[in-house]
Amino acid sequence: MNPVIKIILQRLALGLLTLFIVSIVIFAAVNMLPGDFAEAILGQGATPEAVAAIRRDLGLDQDPVTRYLQWLAGALQGDLGNSFAQANFASFVGDDSGVRTTVAQQIAPRFANTMFLAGVTAAIAVPFAVTLGVLAALYRNSVFDKVANISTLTSISSPEFFLAYVLILFLAVLNPLLPSLSNIYADMGFAERLQKTLLPALTLTLVVTAHMMRMTRAAIINLLASPYIEMARLKGIKPMRVIVHHALPNALAPIINVIALNLAYLITGVVVVEVVFVYPGIGQLFVDSVKIRDIPVVQACCLIFAAAYILLNLTADILSILSNPRLRHPK
Amino acid sequence: MTRISRRGLLTTGAAAGVLAASGLPLRAQAKRGGRLRAALSGANTSDSWDARTHSDLFMIASAQGSVFDNLTEVGADGTLKGELATSWEASPDAKTWTFNLRQGVTFHNGKAFGADDVIASLQMHVAEGAKSAAKPIIESIVEMKKITDHQVQFTLEAGNADFPYLLSDYHLLMYPAGQIEEAIAKGIGTGLYKVQSFEPGVRMVATRVDSHYKDGDAGFFDEIEYIAVNDNTARMNALLTGQVDAINRIDLKTEALLKANPMVRIQEVSCNQQYTFPMLTNVAPFDDVNVRRALKFAINRQEMVDKILLGHGRVGNDTPIGPANQYFAADMEQNSYDPDKAKFYLKEAGLSSLDIDLSASSAAFEGAVDAAQLYQASAKSAGININVVQEPADGYWSNVWLKKPFCACYWSGRATEDWMFSSAYEEGVPWNDTQWGREDSERFQDLLVEARAELDPAKRREMYTEMQQILRTDGGVVLPMFANYVQAVSNKIANPEKVGNLWQMDNARMAERWWTA
Repeated sequence: MNPVIKIILQRLALGLLTLFIVSIVIFAAVNMLPGDFAEAILGQGATPEAVAAIRRDLGLDQDPVTRYLQWLAGALQGDLGNSFAQANFASFVGDDSGVRTTVAQQIAPRFANTMFLAGVTAAIAVPFAVTLGVLAALYRNSVFDKVANISTLTSISSPEFFLAYVLILFLAVLNPLLPSLSNIYADMGFAERLQKTLLPALTLTLVVTAHMMRMTRAAIINLLASPYIEMARLKGIKPMRVIVHHALPNALAPIINVIALNLAYLITGVVVVEVVFVYPGIGQLFVDSVKIRDIPVVQACCLIFAAAYILLNLTADILSILSNPRLRHPK
Repeated sequence: MTRISRRGLLTTGAAAGVLAASGLPLRAQAKRGGRLRAALSGANTSDSWDARTHSDLFMIASAQGSVFDNLTEVGADGTLKGELATSWEASPDAKTWTFNLRQGVTFHNGKAFGADDVIASLQMHVAEGAKSAAKPIIESIVEMKKITDHQVQFTLEAGNADFPYLLSDYHLLMYPAGQIEEAIAKGIGTGLYKVQSFEPGVRMVATRVDSHYKDGDAGFFDEIEYIAVNDNTARMNALLTGQVDAINRIDLKTEALLKANPMVRIQEVSCNQQYTFPMLTNVAPFDDVNVRRALKFAINRQEMVDKILLGHGRVGNDTPIGPANQYFAADMEQNSYDPDKAKFYLKEAGLSSLDIDLSASSAAFEGAVDAAQLYQASAKSAGININVVQEPADGYWSNVWLKKPFCACYWSGRATEDWMFSSAYEEGVPWNDTQWGREDSERFQDLLVEARAELDPAKRREMYTEMQQILRTDGGVVLPMFANYVQAVSNKIANPEKVGNLWQMDNARMAERWWTA
């Protein structure tokens, strides 16, 4: 078998195991939080009878192990169940057959929105960070290098909501260029959707650029001491060409790894940004669901987050193998 | 225009039609057209057009406030007027109520509105398995009878003078009979606005119907758009950047920033939303009325209003009846901070000092822990040592409230005195957070039942005033403050001088009552 395919299969199997472990950890963690769905949803109106009725309706009165196994049995057949909020809503109305949506139906549009935001951000951040990294390596220790380093490090060190508010202040309040509300809808045109997504995407760009840019810079500078670069320089090739054609291809593996990690972050780490900009993505849904202890939705969100990390890391490894002839053709 | 009191309307219900027809002079300047965009909190992904599940502003403003109608409506000035009912009449014992319905009204799908719709819509709340919050109201109706197509008669279990008032509750919307499921799925009502699109927890868009029985009186926008924004700062940003024209519940700490903006005005109404410290009157030492009195004089109410509400509220007087109530006893003697009096009552209770725990959490109300600490400081000089116990916000209502003998709590208040008292001060009701019962005051419980069936407004005022007196001096609740509804509106939108105070955003009816400036 082709070694690359073998690696992919191995890693996918390990990934499934990881997902399984993640689901146990999340289930246990949500159960350990004080309060449960019934208490959270009833709030001040929680009488012992009402709490008991909701627990009975949702099966929350069974012991956690049984509930987990039931969920697992469903999940293995591709059924992630119904969210507690939806199920409770149906019983509230006294009609169990109605318009109830499954967790998968609930998450799908939100996930698509999150992927759109991640896509827009990646389209801005990755070229920007890599170019900045290359330039910083080229003009290393110059004023440009220092300014680039300091500003990206400042932005990565600031909390996301702070960056978001700074951008809102400058781009929405003082100069009304972009909307501060990123509420996108299903029937919205691409241009309008893009315009509404730009501000959160810029915020996320500020958050992820530093990491990618510094890795690019470090990986290239690392190679600049190698004999073959020396040779290229002695041949009289221009510094820019040395870096782009000779150093960069060999520095790709670590850069790709960092990019993949940051892309995973764009899917899993958008919670705060989505809340600040009221972006209807999976992060907001996740926060709302944790608040009311809606375990099926929390589980599904976490599995998506975990799967994103696993798949993107896998992709990164594969790409670094493909970008390195020595790994591509092992003896 | 002659002023008609709410009670006047109750007994001589025919006047309601006159009121509705006369219109309000303030609206004369209102003009049709434009679009209202509001960012509102209280939205959820499980929201739907089923009024039985409504509990927060977003859906109340969308359903009752624009797409659906009730039988009766509370005006911005607190008077009751007919919505889908034109008039009503009670039997002398307030047990039998006859409602005349408006003729020529159609639902958004073209179906004509009539008596069958009323009965079917109310019966939804007592359907098998339904857990409607309005169930107790409908359960008190023994019989609903269709007399003609436009007349319905209700027979109640016991006399209730507030019955027409209760029918204005935001759960009790009118749906088309036989098509209720479809109406819930699509949002088909008789309201001024017809649903264009609705994404639960995201937004609602509705357009004005062509002709409506409220034409000229209400419903001035061509289109309304409500956007779900639960985050305080995001709502404020949306208003400041002109993406929306109105927001509810502004963050009091940033009020000054909003005020400084010439394009925006703050709307503030005094209301029944109350922050309280209930004590369990069946647990020592709170079973001693003198201990309760000592605690009432050991709290500095004005300081709480100034520091916790930043001035956006009014001091409470240890009764849950507030400025939005008809029989609010505003001129009753005020309980105020007086350490000497507190010491005196402590002595009466046979104590020289008192050590108690006070449980608080931000779940009770914003700033509850700070409020408890202020209480601790003011009580110290009266010889009362309050130990503030900070409880986790999760599960606060299940594990602390009604369980710990002294804690922090909030109530949004109720539109009528009877509704408030029978929710939390009637012996044995589940939310009686002071365990207030006959043992504490026979008189209070007797008055509660008596006042409910009394149709004479003067007598009711007397009874409700006495009940407030009893709670003020002997009751188990320390109620230091009423918190105002504070919201903000862009200058592109105009509103009548009087804004409703039963709910945020002009009783959630801004789509009906406001207009483009």
